[in-house]
Amino acid sequence: MDAVFKALADESRRKLLDELHKSNGQTLGELCVHLDMTRQAVTKHLLLLEAANLVAVVWRGREKLHYLNPVPIHEISERWIGKYERHRLQALSDLKRGLEQNQPKNKQLNKKG
Amino acid sequence: MAKPTLVYTTYIRSTPKKVWDAITKPEFTRQYWGGLALVSDWKKGSTWDMATSGETPEVYTTGKVLESNPPKRLVLSWVDPENLKDVSRVTYEIEIVKDTVCLTVTHDQFKPSSTMPGRVNGGWPRVLSSLKSFLETGKGLAAAKCA
Repeated sequence: MDAVFKALADESRRKLLDELHKSNGQTLGELCVHLDMTRQAVTKHLLLLEAANLVAVVWRGREKLHYLNPVPIHEISERWIGKYERHRLQALSDLKRGLEQNQPKNKQLNKKG
Repeated sequence: MAKPTLVYTTYIRSTPKKVWDAITKPEFTRQYWGGLALVSDWKKGSTWDMATSGETPEVYTTGKVLESNPPKRLVLSWVDPENLKDVSRVTYEIEIVKDTVCLTVTHDQFKPSSTMPGRVNGGWPRVLSSLKSFLETGKGLAAAKCA
């Protein structure tokens, strides 16, 4: 679990995960297009994320595809979130997101009841 | 070769045989998959079902065994029993990495109209972390139902 926290404690690596969350299964080249980092820096961050098992890798021929692997993050949440709290927390985070979006149509709030 | 859609991995302090049994034996799957039993003889061409236990089991997912190579690789078609055209593919790969077992689940080949990616997207991380907990501590996690 140390490796997961260390990997997440960096803005650039969180951005990389955001990028994979938006579009899963990207190559190094594709990731570099969207990030303001050198190729070397992205490579280094990806290796750290792989070592923490936050990124899973699939080879397609000579292409290395990177996938966001949320399993360790789930383990963290399971460790501290009780089974009956989950729905209330979901409602709270939906509420926060809805309010912070700062839009008149807060339809999202009603989605999950 | 199309790009896989969903890929999940988990490292488990266990043996490939134990991981294989945990995936294929209903008495084990019930303990970490929110009470659901995965039932089949797991031979190539056989049918498999994921269902609730009890007198009138409710089938959540069904499909065929496409490839079976214990304890290394299991490939299943993943079918919505309420919409038999909603077919996708799940591949389990079990490898030894140093002194742990790396389990990779790839869920792909979704039909364009399939509702399955959204339905299993949150479910797989839950099931896999519950499976890891089950194998390492003997207990699955409470809220591991694949919704």
